Amino acid sequence: MNIPFRMDAKFCSFFNYSKSFVAILLAILLSVPTLVSAQDSAAAAAPAAGAAAPAGAASTGGGDAAKGESIFKNNCAQCHAPTDERVVGPGLKGASSRHDFAWLSKWVRNSSAMIASGDAYAVKIYNEYSKAQMTSFPNLSDDDIKAIFAYVDQASAAPAAAAGGAAPAGGAAAGDAKGGAPSDLFVIVLVALVVVMVLVLGVLLVIVSLLSKAVKGGGAETEAPAGEGFGGLLKRLTVDPAIRSATLWIFVLLVLKSTLDGAFNVGVQQGYAPKQPISFSHKLHAGEYKIDCNYCHTGVNRGKSAHIPSANICMNCHGVIKKESPEIQKIYTSIENNQPIEWVRVHNLPDLAYFNHAQHVNVGGLECQNCHGDVEKMEVIQQRSSLTMGWCIDCHRKTEVNTKDNQYYDKLVQLHASESKEALKVADIGGLECSKCHY
Amino acid sequence: MENTNKRYWRGLEELRNDEKFVKDASSEFPSAPTESQYESLVDGVGTHRRDFLKVLGFGMAAVSLAACETPVKKAIPYVNKPEGEFPTISNWYASTYAEGGDYASILVKTREGRPVKIESNSLSKVSWGVSSRAHASLLGLYDNEKLKGPKKGEDTKVSWETVDKEIADQLGAIAAKGGAIRILTSTILSPSTKAVIADFTAKYPTTTHVVYDANSSYALVKGNELSFGKAVIPSYDFSKAKVVVGIDGDFLGTWLAPDTFSKQFADTRRVSSGHDGNKQMSRLYQFESTLSLTGANADYRTAVKPSQIGLVAAALYNKVAAKLGGASIATAALNIENLDKAAADLVAAKGQALVVSGVNDPSVQVVVNALNSLLGSYGSTINLDKPANYRQGNDIATNQLIDEVKGGKVSALILWGANPVYDHPRGAELASALPQVSLSVSFNDRADETSSLLKYILPAPHYLESWGDAEPVAGSYSLIQPAISLIFSTRQAQSSLLKWAGASADYHEYVKAYWRKNIYPQAGGGDFEKFWVKSLHDGVLDVASAATGAGATFSGNLPTAAAAIAKRYKASSSGLELAIFENVGMGTGFAANNPWLQENPDPITKATWDNHANLSQKTATELGVAQGDVVKLDIKGKSVELPVIIQPGLAQGTVAVAVGYGREKAGKSANGVGKNVFPFAAFTEGFLNFTPGEVTLSKTGETREIAQTQTHSTVMNRKSVLQETVLSHFQKDPLAGRFIPKIQTSEGEVDATDLSLWNGHKYKNHSWGMVIDLNTCFGCGSCVISCQNENNIPVVGRQEIINAREMHWLRIDRYYSSDADVEDLRGLEIASENPEVTFQPMLCQHCNNAPCETVCPVLATTHSSEGLNQMTYNRCVGTRYCANNCPYKVRRFNWFKYFDNDNFDYNFNNDLGKMVINPDVTVRSRGVIEKCSMCVHRIQEAKLTAKKERRRIVDGEVSVACASSCPTDAITFGDMNDPESRISKLLEVEREGRAFHMLEEINVRPQISYLTKIRNKDAAAAKAEKAEKEHA
Repeated sequence: MNIPFRMDAKFCSFFNYSKSFVAILLAILLSVPTLVSAQDSAAAAAPAAGAAAPAGAASTGGGDAAKGESIFKNNCAQCHAPTDERVVGPGLKGASSRHDFAWLSKWVRNSSAMIASGDAYAVKIYNEYSKAQMTSFPNLSDDDIKAIFAYVDQASAAPAAAAGGAAPAGGAAAGDAKGGAPSDLFVIVLVALVVVMVLVLGVLLVIVSLLSKAVKGGGAETEAPAGEGFGGLLKRLTVDPAIRSATLWIFVLLVLKSTLDGAFNVGVQQGYAPKQPISFSHKLHAGEYKIDCNYCHTGVNRGKSAHIPSANICMNCHGVIKKESPEIQKIYTSIENNQPIEWVRVHNLPDLAYFNHAQHVNVGGLECQNCHGDVEKMEVIQQRSSLTMGWCIDCHRKTEVNTKDNQYYDKLVQLHASESKEALKVADIGGLECSKCHY
Repeated sequence: MENTNKRYWRGLEELRNDEKFVKDASSEFPSAPTESQYESLVDGVGTHRRDFLKVLGFGMAAVSLAACETPVKKAIPYVNKPEGEFPTISNWYASTYAEGGDYASILVKTREGRPVKIESNSLSKVSWGVSSRAHASLLGLYDNEKLKGPKKGEDTKVSWETVDKEIADQLGAIAAKGGAIRILTSTILSPSTKAVIADFTAKYPTTTHVVYDANSSYALVKGNELSFGKAVIPSYDFSKAKVVVGIDGDFLGTWLAPDTFSKQFADTRRVSSGHDGNKQMSRLYQFESTLSLTGANADYRTAVKPSQIGLVAAALYNKVAAKLGGASIATAALNIENLDKAAADLVAAKGQALVVSGVNDPSVQVVVNALNSLLGSYGSTINLDKPANYRQGNDIATNQLIDEVKGGKVSALILWGANPVYDHPRGAELASALPQVSLSVSFNDRADETSSLLKYILPAPHYLESWGDAEPVAGSYSLIQPAISLIFSTRQAQSSLLKWAGASADYHEYVKAYWRKNIYPQAGGGDFEKFWVKSLHDGVLDVASAATGAGATFSGNLPTAAAAIAKRYKASSSGLELAIFENVGMGTGFAANNPWLQENPDPITKATWDNHANLSQKTATELGVAQGDVVKLDIKGKSVELPVIIQPGLAQGTVAVAVGYGREKAGKSANGVGKNVFPFAAFTEGFLNFTPGEVTLSKTGETREIAQTQTHSTVMNRKSVLQETVLSHFQKDPLAGRFIPKIQTSEGEVDATDLSLWNGHKYKNHSWGMVIDLNTCFGCGSCVISCQNENNIPVVGRQEIINAREMHWLRIDRYYSSDADVEDLRGLEIASENPEVTFQPMLCQHCNNAPCETVCPVLATTHSSEGLNQMTYNRCVGTRYCANNCPYKVRRFNWFKYFDNDNFDYNFNNDLGKMVINPDVTVRSRGVIEKCSMCVHRIQEAKLTAKKERRRIVDGEVSVACASSCPTDAITFGDMNDPESRISKLLEVEREGRAFHMLEEINVRPQISYLTKIRNKDAAAAKAEKAEKEHA
């Protein structure tokens, strides 16, 4: 059998082409999972941010009571409920009708002085609440105190409304966390693609073997013995440089892919939940008791660091509550020995990346859960987001700037509105620039 | 094999006798795979097994890296968080830098309880900016070579209780016997400390307090005593002077209070191109031997030999007296340039003139006082009723003390802030006599040259750990408050003295009580606690004083002074004379163990890490020496070997050497750097004399490389780099001196900046920029250290400077003029004998068409939407293309990892030293490029503050480290998009005037503009310009 088909230059180039084609195809196929998952999680993150913003905006709307709410949450909510529920101290419902303003302000600013002066009601309250002294707030102005009680009156009138408002934000954040894992659909698509790839490879191999057989047959005088059919084919396949090269390529690409994946994941600690020196439960404090994050993480509105609370903050409540618990006793030991508690850092950003909590929480109006996940449901605190640069950038691309009531952005908003119909995103005001985070 | 019974095949190939098998059978290995077989494994060109192994190795490394456990990091909160202290948020404290008479009212920035930056206190009315030494003092706080607790002798550690008991006992015994107790200190600005010493003296009446300055101004005090009966240093006001004449007084660099004087002088040099702008400038004449910073900024400068300098004062007096009708004095005729002109200008500016001299000779000071008196300076530019306390040293008393110690007459010596064994010309004599003193105590922070010879060293804390106060000028007070708790087991000297005097050792309470008693009544009424808190908050307090000093009538004895001058100075001398001077950064060397200062280039020579024998080109040629030759200087039996630097502008026949080097017991950074020339200084009539007379210079045959940061010297007609003009031209045309590059196109000639390949950037929000006024930049270099501190710039050391690898983000280029014709390119490289000097701060220009950005292969340097050229270290792979392509050469490459590297032992490699690091700026590692970021972290912080307060940034709220440290406000930083900002208003006026971009013809459009340098010279003097027009 003499087929006039030679392994000429043209054929070679076609073959090389097909080799690189296979390589590119492989590369694309292998990288698809990453691309898809990145977009997936980002898409899930966006609605969460969107949901959070309106919730925040609603609370800054009104007058006195709105101001009171923030003061109350930052200063009072740890020990008092605006209803008649007893937390550490008494529920404040009706307090403003029980006492005149002068009495209340005096009490808030310096309750111990009042007790010392022998005010009958003050002493009664003091004794009733197992002689636990209330923290004094000498810095609160009359307006602040009025605002607090305005809020208390408002909140105690409609406690249900407030509870309802909080739920959707939490729900959205939960959706965000779920978005992190690959979906079923995605797995199906992936499997299908792999099957297709294997089929294509098989077909290619068959073609290659047929062609090479044809070439061999055409060129050689002696025809292979009939009995060597399949064995010979296999043997030729192993010596065929094209097959070898293809195998090598696949191998190398796979190694490369896993290496790169590995390298990209170096230092990414998503899900990191180390054991802490004190088994502090955010679920209990933030979830059940609804203590505002700000109460302990005092820096979150001020600066770069949110602050890990110092032991004296714990003592504001635990000076009275659950003193005998062995975990709480660790705090006592720490204070007595003047040895700080060495918490294990969960969210580690590299030194080269600058991150500022105040920018995101105070200015951007983001909820803590946006990046930290449902902390209020975590028994042990863990890292929910990947904290990679891609994750930051994704969010900056999709998040609208919180420009409301912020004169800093007024000019930018106007300019942007004149140029584009899209909402003003963080990326539009330089949120993707290097020296916003690296300097 | 065939002889055996069985036949073995190695394979079917053998059986078949394949052609390939037959071929391979004869060789040990089958034919090696041809190179093409692995083609395309990695890169397609002859890949080898090694490359495969490399790939494999990388894979292994990456996999094992991925498998590594990330190290556990701790987050450690406070146990009890101090009120007002928030981690990552800086706190500012007002305090005072007052070391050895140097004074600066400062703000200390602290982070998590540690000071990280020093800034100037804008509330102060007596100090502006922060000098490089004051900036660098911060690093001194974290110097781990300081003593960590009290010591007996150099070696034995003792407790405070023990030393207190021992010393109090001994002091008691000495006082009982009537033995002499001497306290030797450098200038003390603190009134409460003086009260402490008075209390101590009351307890031990045999105590005498001797004040000593390494570089003395005692003759100035004496001169005023002889002239007006007031033994004080008056306060000067250069801002009121239209004509200033300096006679070896480097008031912009080292004399008394250079920052204050710079600010005052700069106020008279600031001109504006605006229609109604100021177009008048003061004129500065300088007569001096070395080329000082003041000389470099003078409009007319004359180099005179040290042996002539006194005659300059006398001759100038005679010329002025001749015009104003004063009595002339007998003096030798002096034929030097500019003297007549200076006299004429002084007379014309009578009442607004000022003559200052730093010559430590009372006769010269008396003549200068007479001159000022004739010119009506008292009550105008000089105020005798508001004495300045910057230098209180008494040369005669110090010498007396040394005699006493030598004579064994001193029973107890208490030393504080002084190091006479190192910096007194008679240090060696003192050193040999010190062991005789039965009780000797040092409060110095380290076992330095003097302290190590004393019996006790009781280290006092750094001023940033201390309480205190200061009165730099009568009626202007300031407070020192600690910005950090004590680092080592140290105690303030005042506390020790109080304790030994039997009083309460609480110096904090003492200062407060002192203020309550003495200063509070002057400030008038109110609640003392409020007053105290406000004073601490402000840092400064000025007590109003109406005294102008106008009543000063000169009553000095001129003929005696003239006779003394005639005796001491000669109109001509042929010998080689030594002139000792103080370097602007290093000063007298008390802070020499400070790598920042050591690496701070001298403003004039641009040399670091050494002192040198400076010679003019002509003198060097005559002596047959060249730059880098090590020469030996001999004077009166003492000798020193120093490398030569050729210094244009130096008087002929003069060799100038800086003090402050050659420390032996200061620490790693200072020991053995340079040579100590204090022993060469002399005493003339009891006054310290830094010009001790003739020296012999001989070559040693050795050479030493000089670590200079700038080696090219002259302007070389670089019109697009430096643009300058003279005042009269500027008055006629604000564009005078400007170089506007033109380019020929098919449509005719256009401005170079009209053509661009790029679309440019749009800055919607901010457009940060700087304007640097070359007219008010005097080149002192405080911005360089401020920048180094702010941006964690490593110190690289002498060898790396020689390798041209310094890391300063901001440098100050110094250019000399040349006498040569503009066409004579070779001649232009030779600086004039008495060159005009221009200083130009050079930093990243933040180009809009940045050449660096286009060549970076990894986009590590990009442009921001606010006009900044950003550098992203973590992205940089170190190709250095950007540095190559930068026309301004401001990019720096990290050749080494400079921190945690014991080869760079400059405080970045120990935990204490690292406390100076600014936590807001990344510490760069090896292999990346870095450069000026325009303090982007400060900009970001200010933006965030504004956003948090829901408002726009207000101009002045944010400043960059260089601008905020500048005493003369030469750098204006701001948002060019904000029409109300200072920079916008300045550019509005100067855009069609003095503002130019450096290298405008390459059209990189920097965000930084310079304002032309204007010299107040007569137009005729600007012959170079005329010559140039002829050539054009």
